[in-house]
Amino acid sequence: MSEAVFEKMATLLSSKKGINKELISIDSSFEELGLDSLDSIELIADLEDEFNVNIPNTELQGIKTIRQAVDGLSKAMQ
Amino acid sequence: MQNRRVVVTGTGIVSAIGMNTGEFWNNVITCNSGIGPYSASFSDQIRFKNGADIKHFDATGIIEKDDLDLMDRFTQLAVVAAKEAVKNAGIIFNDENAYNTAVICGTSIGGVQTQEQSYIDLYRENKTRVHPLSIPKTMPNGAASNISMQMGIKGPVYAISTACASSNHAIGNAFWLIRNGVCDQAICGGSETPFTYTFLKAWEAIRVVAPDTCRPFSKNRQGMILGEGSGMLVLETLDNAKKRGANILGEIVGFGMTSDASHITKPDQKGAEKAMQMAMQDGSINPSQIGYINAHGTGTLVNDTMEVAAVKNVFGNHANELSISSTKSLHGHALGATSSFEAIATVLALKNGILPPTANFQEKDETCDIDIVPNASKEKKIQYALSNAFAFGGLNAVLAFKKWEE
Repeated sequence: MSEAVFEKMATLLSSKKGINKELISIDSSFEELGLDSLDSIELIADLEDEFNVNIPNTELQGIKTIRQAVDGLSKAMQ
Repeated sequence: MQNRRVVVTGTGIVSAIGMNTGEFWNNVITCNSGIGPYSASFSDQIRFKNGADIKHFDATGIIEKDDLDLMDRFTQLAVVAAKEAVKNAGIIFNDENAYNTAVICGTSIGGVQTQEQSYIDLYRENKTRVHPLSIPKTMPNGAASNISMQMGIKGPVYAISTACASSNHAIGNAFWLIRNGVCDQAICGGSETPFTYTFLKAWEAIRVVAPDTCRPFSKNRQGMILGEGSGMLVLETLDNAKKRGANILGEIVGFGMTSDASHITKPDQKGAEKAMQMAMQDGSINPSQIGYINAHGTGTLVNDTMEVAAVKNVFGNHANELSISSTKSLHGHALGATSSFEAIATVLALKNGILPPTANFQEKDETCDIDIVPNASKEKKIQYALSNAFAFGGLNAVLAFKKWEE
C-alpha cells in the first residue's frame, strides 16, 4: 500500500506543482522539493480525499518529508 | 505640518468594458455598455439575466501559477489591475520606499467564489472537507495582502469593506495617509466578483436588480445591474511624482465621509449632502468650481431621485451649470469595486476634457431634472469634479479631484 501512496503522491506533485517525478524519492523532504507549509497541507488534503482517510492535525504538522507522509497515510488506512 | 499635495500617477482596470485603462476609457467615451447576459451556468435559475461580468479573464502569464493557486478570483483581478497601475506609474518599490507605501483595497464581499465552491463541495457533493486554502482565499484582505506580497510593499496594508462605497473609502484613506505624511505613495482601489449562485439569489431576493438594463435617472428605470472587476490607482505626493518625472494624470484634493445612521438600505439625503460638502471643504473647493459629478447613480428609483435632490440642495443654482452622469450604466454596479472605476473615469474626464455619458437613458424623470449627459459623452473642460458613493448601510464617501496643473 505504501508504494501506491508514494506513486499517487509523486503523480500529484508532478501534475499540480510541476515537479519532475524522477526528482521525487521516498527520502525527499518537502523543503527540498520547494514545497512550503501551505503546499504540504494541500498535498496531504488531496491524498486524504484520494484514500478516504483523515490524518489528525497534530500528526499533519509533523509531516515534513515524503516518507513521513506515506507512513502517516498508510497508518491512517489501517 | 502643511498638507502635502497628492496626485494620481497610475491607473489599472479589469472590467466588463475593458481589460485595461485604455480600453475602459475608450468604451466610456463611446458609450459602449458592457451590460448583457451574464455567462453563468445557473442563469436560468435567476430572475434577472443581465449583468456586466468579465467574459474572458486569465491571469496566467501575469501572475505566477504557484501564486495564482493562493488567490480567489477577486484577488487575481486586483493584482492584475494593480500591476497595470504600477506599470503605468513607472514606480519601483524597493528597500528605500517599501515601508513608505500603502495598499488599501475595498471589497464588499471578498472571496465569495472560493466560499461558493466550499458550499458546493459540502452541501451538494457531500464532501467532508473543503479546499485547504479556503481561508486565505476567502478573506477580504486577500487582495491587499497579495498585492503587497507581489510588489514587496511593507507599509500600511489593509482592506476596507463598506459595501458599495468600499473603493471610495479605500482611495480616500490612502489620500489622507499620504497627505498627512504617514506614507509617500499608495496603491488603492477595489475588487469584486459577485457572480455566484448564492449571491445572485440574494440580490434576486432583495428586488433591486433591473430585469433589463441599468437606466440611471431615466423615468422608466427599474434598478441596478451587477458588475464585476477591479480598479486600482497609484497615488503619491506631488514632490515624489515630480522627482521621478512621472506622468501626472490628476490631483486628488478632497475626501468626505458620513453615515446616515437611519436605515440599512434606504439612503438619507442629508448624509449624501454632508459627504459632498465635506469633500469640498476638505479640498478647499467652492461648490461653484465643480463642473462634473460622477454619480452613485445606481438606476434604482430611490437612489437617483435622492441623489439629484441632494445635488440641487448642495449646489443651489450652480446645479444647473454642472453635469452629472452614472457610468454604472456602462460597467455595471461592481459593488465594492465600483467607485474605483468611477474615480478613474472622473480623473480621465478632468484630464481629457470629456464627460462620461449616462448610457441607456430613455425618458426624462421630473425628479431627476439635471444634465445627466444622456447617451453620449460630451466635451467640456472642467477644473474640479466629485465622485459619489452612497452604500447600503448608509455609508457615504465622496472624493474630490482636480485637473492636473501646476
